[in-house]
Amino acid sequence: MKMNKNQLYTVVALCAILLFIVIADNCFDAFTLRVFNLCAIYIILALSLNLLNGFTGLFSLGHAGFMAVGAYVCALLTMPPELKEMNYFLTPIVPILKNITLPFFPSLLIAGLASALVGLLIGAPVLRLKDDYLAIATLGFSEIIRVLITNAQPITNGAQGLKGLPRFSTTYTVWAVAGVVVLFMVLLMRSSYGRAMKAVRDDDLAAEAMGINVFKVKVTSFTVSSFWAGIGGALLGHMITTIDPKMFTFSLTYNIVLIVVLGGVGSITGSVLAAILVTVLMEALRFLDEPMNFLFIHTGGLPGLRMVVFSVLLMIVVIFRQKGIMGGKELSWASVAAFRERHSRKGRPQ
Amino acid sequence: MTDIVLSTKGLSMRFGGLTAVSDLNISIGKNEIVGLIGPNGAGKTTAFNVITGMYRPSAGQVFYRDKDITGSKPHVITEKGIARTFQNIRLFRSMTVLENVLVGCNLSISSGLFSATLNLPAYRKKEAAAREFAMALLDKVGLTEAAGKEATSLPYGQQRRLEIVRALATHPALLLLDEPAAGMNPQESLELMAFIHTLRDEFDLTIFLIEHHMQVVMGVCDHMYVLDYGITIAHGDPASIQKDPKVIEAYLGVDDAGNK
Amino acid sequence: MQVPAFEWIKNLMTFTLFLQHIVNALSLGSLYALLAIGYTMVYGILRLINFAHGDIFMIGAYVAFYGTALFVLPWWASLLISIVFTALFGIGLERVAYKPLRDSPRISIMISAIGASFLLENLAVLIFGGRPKGVEVPKVMGQVLNIGSVSFLGVSLFIPIITFGLFVLLMWIVNGTKTGIAMRAVSTDIETSRLMGIDVNRVVSFTFGLGSLLAAFGGIMWSYKYPQLNPLMGVMPGLKCFIAAVIGGIGNIGGAVLGGLLLGIIEIMIVAFFPTLSGYRDAFAFILLIIVLLVKPTGLLGKRQAEKV
Repeated sequence: MKMNKNQLYTVVALCAILLFIVIADNCFDAFTLRVFNLCAIYIILALSLNLLNGFTGLFSLGHAGFMAVGAYVCALLTMPPELKEMNYFLTPIVPILKNITLPFFPSLLIAGLASALVGLLIGAPVLRLKDDYLAIATLGFSEIIRVLITNAQPITNGAQGLKGLPRFSTTYTVWAVAGVVVLFMVLLMRSSYGRAMKAVRDDDLAAEAMGINVFKVKVTSFTVSSFWAGIGGALLGHMITTIDPKMFTFSLTYNIVLIVVLGGVGSITGSVLAAILVTVLMEALRFLDEPMNFLFIHTGGLPGLRMVVFSVLLMIVVIFRQKGIMGGKELSWASVAAFRERHSRKGRPQ
Repeated sequence: MTDIVLSTKGLSMRFGGLTAVSDLNISIGKNEIVGLIGPNGAGKTTAFNVITGMYRPSAGQVFYRDKDITGSKPHVITEKGIARTFQNIRLFRSMTVLENVLVGCNLSISSGLFSATLNLPAYRKKEAAAREFAMALLDKVGLTEAAGKEATSLPYGQQRRLEIVRALATHPALLLLDEPAAGMNPQESLELMAFIHTLRDEFDLTIFLIEHHMQVVMGVCDHMYVLDYGITIAHGDPASIQKDPKVIEAYLGVDDAGNK
Repeated sequence: MQVPAFEWIKNLMTFTLFLQHIVNALSLGSLYALLAIGYTMVYGILRLINFAHGDIFMIGAYVAFYGTALFVLPWWASLLISIVFTALFGIGLERVAYKPLRDSPRISIMISAIGASFLLENLAVLIFGGRPKGVEVPKVMGQVLNIGSVSFLGVSLFIPIITFGLFVLLMWIVNGTKTGIAMRAVSTDIETSRLMGIDVNRVVSFTFGLGSLLAAFGGIMWSYKYPQLNPLMGVMPGLKCFIAAVIGGIGNIGGAVLGGLLLGIIEIMIVAFFPTLSGYRDAFAFILLIIVLLVKPTGLLGKRQAEKV
C-alpha cells in the first residue's frame, strides 16, 4: 500500500530528525549549536508570518513588534530579582515587577498570550485596511511598540535593554516548539479555519458571500500569528540572553519576510527549508567580513560585505524566482518521488 | 402570493452622481423562479450587490422573510439563507473543486479554533458530514471526477456549475444567480435553465436570477422584472413582458440578437 | 480675557521662541515634503512603495559630502553633481530592481523594494564606512541669521524657500508639459497609456529621476541642517515621508507637500510644548498615520475609489 509506505517514510524521517537533534546537542560546538538552534527559532517566526502573508493574504510588516512584546514579557517574568536589580541601575524597576519570578514555560506561554493580546488590539482597527496600507500600518505599530519600549524605562529598562537573561532556550526547547508550530500549521491548514483563511486570501468578496466572516478570520489569523511571534521573540531573547529595543527594528521583520518569500508564500515546508537555508547562509557568509577588514574600515556590530552579498543573493531570488523554493506547494513524498523521476538521479530529501 | 421570501421597498443605489438602481420594488414568493433582466449596465448586478449586503443602499429597504436585512454584512445575509453566484466567476484559485465547495460548507462546520485544529471528535464529525454533502452536490452536477482538480483548471461551463454548487453548500433558501448562462451557447443555456428548474424542486429553493438575454429565461421564470437605467420598466409573466412596448424599446437596437 | 490654557503656553515659551520653532518646523516639514513627493509620484505611477527612496536620500547626501571633502569642490558644485548622479542612480535602480517585476504581484515588487533598500544600506556601510561622518556646512547655510529677536541658521530659511520654488516648478512640469500629461495618464491607467502610444518606460524613468533628484536635494539640505552622515540616515526620514505622502493622499503631489509640512510641524511643536514627550518623537508620524488611515483611508487630499464587485 502506497499510503503506508509514505507514512513509514515520514516516521523514519522524523526519527532521523530527532536523532540529528540529539547528536547536534551533544556533539556540536557552541557556535554551531547556536546556529542550529537559531534555525528552529526562525522556523517558528517564518511560519507565524507565513500564516498571515501566505495563507491569509495579509501583508504585515509588524512582526518585530510582536516579537519584542514576547521577548520583554518573558524576560521580565523569568529574571530573578537580583538580576533585575543589576540591570535597572539607571531607573529602578516598578515594584510590582521586581519580585515576580516564574518558571520558563509559564512565562513563555504568558509571553505568547500577551503578544496575541497586543495583536488582537492592533488587528481590530488595522485589518480594515488592505495591501500596502496594511503593510505600512503594521510597520507603524511595530515602530510604536519599539518607541514605547525604549521610553518605558521603569518597566523595560529603556535603551539599555536587559542583559544576562537565563539561557532557557535549549536545543530541545526550541526544536520542540518549532515542531509544535509546524504541526499546528499543518493541522490548521487542513481544518475549516485553514480553508476559510485561504478563501479570504484568494477572493475575500466570494469568501464573504460564502458566509465567512472575513474580518473575524483576519483578526483570528493576526492574533494567532502574533502569539507565535511572541513565543519566537521570547525564545530568541532567552537564547542570545540579551534584549534591547534596537534588536527589534524593521530589519528583523525584513529577514523573516525574506525567509517566507524565499520559501514560497503559502508553503509550510518552504518556510521551514528557507529558515534553515537563510540562517545557515547568514553564518556561512560570515567569512566575507573578515579578510576585508584590511581594506575597509569596520565599526562594531555593523555588517559589511556579508550583508551586501546576502542582499544581492536575495534580490536575485526575488527578481528571478518570485515563487520561492516551493512556490506555494508543499514538499511531500509524492512530490519527492516525482522530482526523482524527473531527474532520475539520487535526490534524498532532508 | 402567499409566502414572500424576498422583497425590497424603494431600493436605490447611487454612486456619486450616477443612480445605478432607483426605487426598486420587488417581491418574490416561495419556490418561485424570478428573472431580473435588462440591457447591459441596467443596474442588475448592483441590485444583487445591494440585496446581498455587498453595498449599503442609498435608500430603501430589503426584507427577507419579513425581516429587515438592509445593510447587514454579506456573511450575515448568507447565514440567514441567501446565497449568490457572481457574474465574473469568483472561485478560490488555489483550491481544488472539493475545497471550493467545502468553503461553502463552512457555516455548518462552525467549531472552535482548537477543536478544529486538533481535529477533535465533534469537529471531525461535522467535517466528515460536510465532505459527504459536498461530494453529493458535486455528483449532482457531474463534477465527481473533478473533485481533486484545481478549480480554475476546469472548463468555463463547469466553473459556472461549480459556483452554483458552492453557493448551494451554504444551505440557502434563496439562490441569487448572476448571469449563470453568460458565455454559453443557446443549447447549453437551455440545459442550464432546465437544471435550475430541477435544483429548485430538489432543494426546495427560491431562485432569483439575472439574465441579459430575454429568450433564455422566458421558459423558466414564473415572472420577471425588467430594469433599464436602474428603473423598473416592467414586471409580469414572460408572455406579457415579451409584448410590453417599453421592454421592446429598451432592448431594440441594444439586443436585437436577443436569441443569440 | 485671559484663558488659562493660553496663560500656560505663555509661561512655557516666549513669542520669540515660538517663532523660532515655527521656522524650524517649516524647514523640517519642507525636507519631509521633498522626500514625500518622490514617494507619492512613484506610488501614483507604479502603485509601489519605493522603500529604497530613503536610501536615495542618503546617497545624495554622501555624494555631495565626498564632492567637497574628497574632491575639494565648492559646495554648490558638489550639490549639482550629487543631484545629477542621484537622479541617474534612481533611474538605474528602477531598471534593475523594479522593471523586471512590473507585471508581477504587487507584493513581489514591494519585497524587491525592501530588498533594494537593504542592499543600498549595506553597500553604503561597505563603501562609505559605518562610522558617522561630520559634514562641513557651507558658510551661507551655517551662518546664524537674525530677524528681530528671532535667530536661526541660514539653511533653515533656505530650505522652505527652495522647496516652494521646486514645488511650483514640479506643478508646472506635471500640469503644463507633455511629459507631465504622460505621467498623469500613466498613473491613471498604465495599460491604456501604453495603447495610446505613451512610452511608459520613459515616463517611469523620468518619474524616478525627478523623485531621486528631489530626494538628493533633501538629503544634502538635511546634512547641512543636521551635519552628520551615516548609512542608515535615510531609514527614519524615508519611513516618515512615505507616511507623510499617505497622510496627504498618496498619488497627490500637493498632498505630499501638505503631509510633509504637517508632520514637520507636529514633530517640532509637540516636542516644543511637551518636552517630556521628546523620546516618543519617532512615534508621532506612525500614530498620525494610523489615525488618518482609520478616519480617512485615502488621506487628506485623496480621492475615494469604490471597489468594483
